[in-house]
Amino acid sequence: MRTAGIDIGSITAKAAIMENGAVLGTRVIFTGYNVEIASRKVYDELLAELDMPGSAVEKIISTGYGRNSVPFAHKAMTEIICHGTGAHFLRNDIRTVIDVGGQDSKAMVVDGSGMVRDFVMNDKCAAGTGRFLEVMARALEVNLDDFGAQSLKAANASRISSICTVFAESEVISLISKGESRENIIAGIHDSVASRVYAMAQRIKASAPIMMTGGVAKNIGVVRALEKKFNTAIEVNEYAQVNGAIGAAVLAARL
Amino acid sequence: MSTPEKDKTRKFRAAKRMREIMTEYYIDAKSAVQTGRKVAWITSGGPVEPLIVMDVIPVYPENYGAMIGASHMGGDLCSKAEALGYSTDLCSYARADIACAIENGGPIGGLPRPDMLICCNNICGTVLKWYEIHARYFNVPLFIFDTPFCHTEFPEIARRYVRSQLDEYVSFLEGVCGRPFDLEKSREVGALSLQGQRLWQAVLDTAAHRPAPMTAFDAFFFLALIVTLRGTKTVVDFYQELLAEMNERIDRGIWAIPNERYRLLWDNLPVWYRLKWLSETFEAHDACLVADTYTTAWCGSMKYIDENNFFDSMAEAYTRIYLNIGIDEMVKTIYTMIDKYEVDGMVMHSNRSCKPYSFGQYDIQKMIQEHKGIPCMVIESHMTDERSFSESQTATRIDAFMEMIKQKKG
Ligand code: SF4
Repeated sequence: MRTAGIDIGSITAKAAIMENGAVLGTRVIFTGYNVEIASRKVYDELLAELDMPGSAVEKIISTGYGRNSVPFAHKAMTEIICHGTGAHFLRNDIRTVIDVGGQDSKAMVVDGSGMVRDFVMNDKCAAGTGRFLEVMARALEVNLDDFGAQSLKAANASRISSICTVFAESEVISLISKGESRENIIAGIHDSVASRVYAMAQRIKASAPIMMTGGVAKNIGVVRALEKKFNTAIEVNEYAQVNGAIGAAVLAARL
Repeated sequence: MSTPEKDKTRKFRAAKRMREIMTEYYIDAKSAVQTGRKVAWITSGGPVEPLIVMDVIPVYPENYGAMIGASHMGGDLCSKAEALGYSTDLCSYARADIACAIENGGPIGGLPRPDMLICCNNICGTVLKWYEIHARYFNVPLFIFDTPFCHTEFPEIARRYVRSQLDEYVSFLEGVCGRPFDLEKSREVGALSLQGQRLWQAVLDTAAHRPAPMTAFDAFFFLALIVTLRGTKTVVDFYQELLAEMNERIDRGIWAIPNERYRLLWDNLPVWYRLKWLSETFEAHDACLVADTYTTAWCGSMKYIDENNFFDSMAEAYTRIYLNIGIDEMVKTIYTMIDKYEVDGMVMHSNRSCKPYSFGQYDIQKMIQEHKGIPCMVIESHMTDERSFSESQTATRIDAFMEMIKQKKG
């Protein structure tokens, strides 16, 4: 049975197509302002890449913030359940999933059968999300993709104490004017995101093995900072960013 | 999808009567100057019975706050208060109400001017400053009824302290009204108040039936009378009628949610400007909010009332209300409700306005999960300030929470 998962996030739209428990392909594009168009586009592009007609896919589940605006999906489910399912599919002993995306971060506790037992989301604040990192990258005039590698070169992470994105940004600017090295500041920013996410995950008693998903999982600096906090290795695999779409495709097979 | 015919039967007959009573009440209050009666503004948890005895019309800025929230005027009024210098962290009832008083605006053309202010701090500390502001602004006498916090018990020293204030309260009223306090009438009012509370509890209890004939959203609506007119015959008559209607619904099989599958408990004040959206969102998951800690608060300390001595026992009943007790006590109330209404999960509104209600929710959540094993979710907002509500974030949390419960329960 062929199924698809479409995950529409605030910044990127993701699609995954699966067949009998194997991932056939995935795709990520920018969401833009029209969710419906983005969902169609990411899906069509993936179908074209796989050289597959739409009729070859039997069931589709949509997820993410735009989940209710995907007209061709058979069902919408939240990214919480999809990320839990996706992580369990990729590695079935995972007990905690930490998903940090563009506008929110969340943690889920998953049981042995991949069911979400508890979850927690960031409050209405950009701290501890991808947006926070974006704002900081702009202030530092560094490409966000280089953030991870740069922070690994830090001698001493700076301390960013503000939780508020706006305040943290001015803290960063004053660190720059004090002549603090970019690497140290970036490492400090990653620590700040990691502290927020760690504190949040503690509320639901996160336990190892932990997997990190979402776009921010591509940032090795945040992953390392989180590993330090949790004092354990964190699994990040090649599907981190499309994990939600994969989870949706797995669930679609049960429809 | 429910047909229009079904929707008609699901509407409560009593809702019309309730609106009439509230309209009459506000007309009375607004024409008090002409009829020569006095108006007292009083906090929602304050001892209102002595006012009824003295024929003073009690007016509740907090009930008004709910009205402001439900009519989507909260955000605007709050920003007016902020322009006057009040912090965005202040309770949104206080912000909206202060703005209304000063700007002379708000629903129903503003509240009638008070002749006196009665402030009881059994709900929070915010009300002290809030009422002091009004006392200065309107230049009217303010009576502060101080109820010490009761972590677990009510010590003798607290009893004496609070009881002595009841005498001061009576002398204060006699002074402002220029009339003696009628003890005989006080007994009558006390009996009516207790009867009203019992009936309110009985109405709420009908939701223990599976499926439930009413939801917490209905309770939020029907609550207004036990808050505002406690101690009057109107309340007793009304809740008798409402109770009969609930029982009739149970007999006829009219349920609040047509396909009730999941039963939930709500904690904290409602999100006044999102009642409809929230109720529809939960209903779409076949989930019924069968009970809540908020509306229960107006009958929750009945157990401390001595039927034969309402006046004296009021001291304890008004001190040990839900917001004036420690977390261990609160959680006991919640456990009882979880069992009584057989709920599958708890929805907590982390209400940035109301600190005493929201502080400790995460601890309570942990305790519930450990002792009762039911999942809890948190919604963040302010009860009247619609600027602080994120629909998509809230929708995701509710949907995920319901998906989780469905996975668990099937
Ligand atoms: S802080 Fe809470 S208890 Fe106090 S007035 Fe505001 S809503 Fe009511």
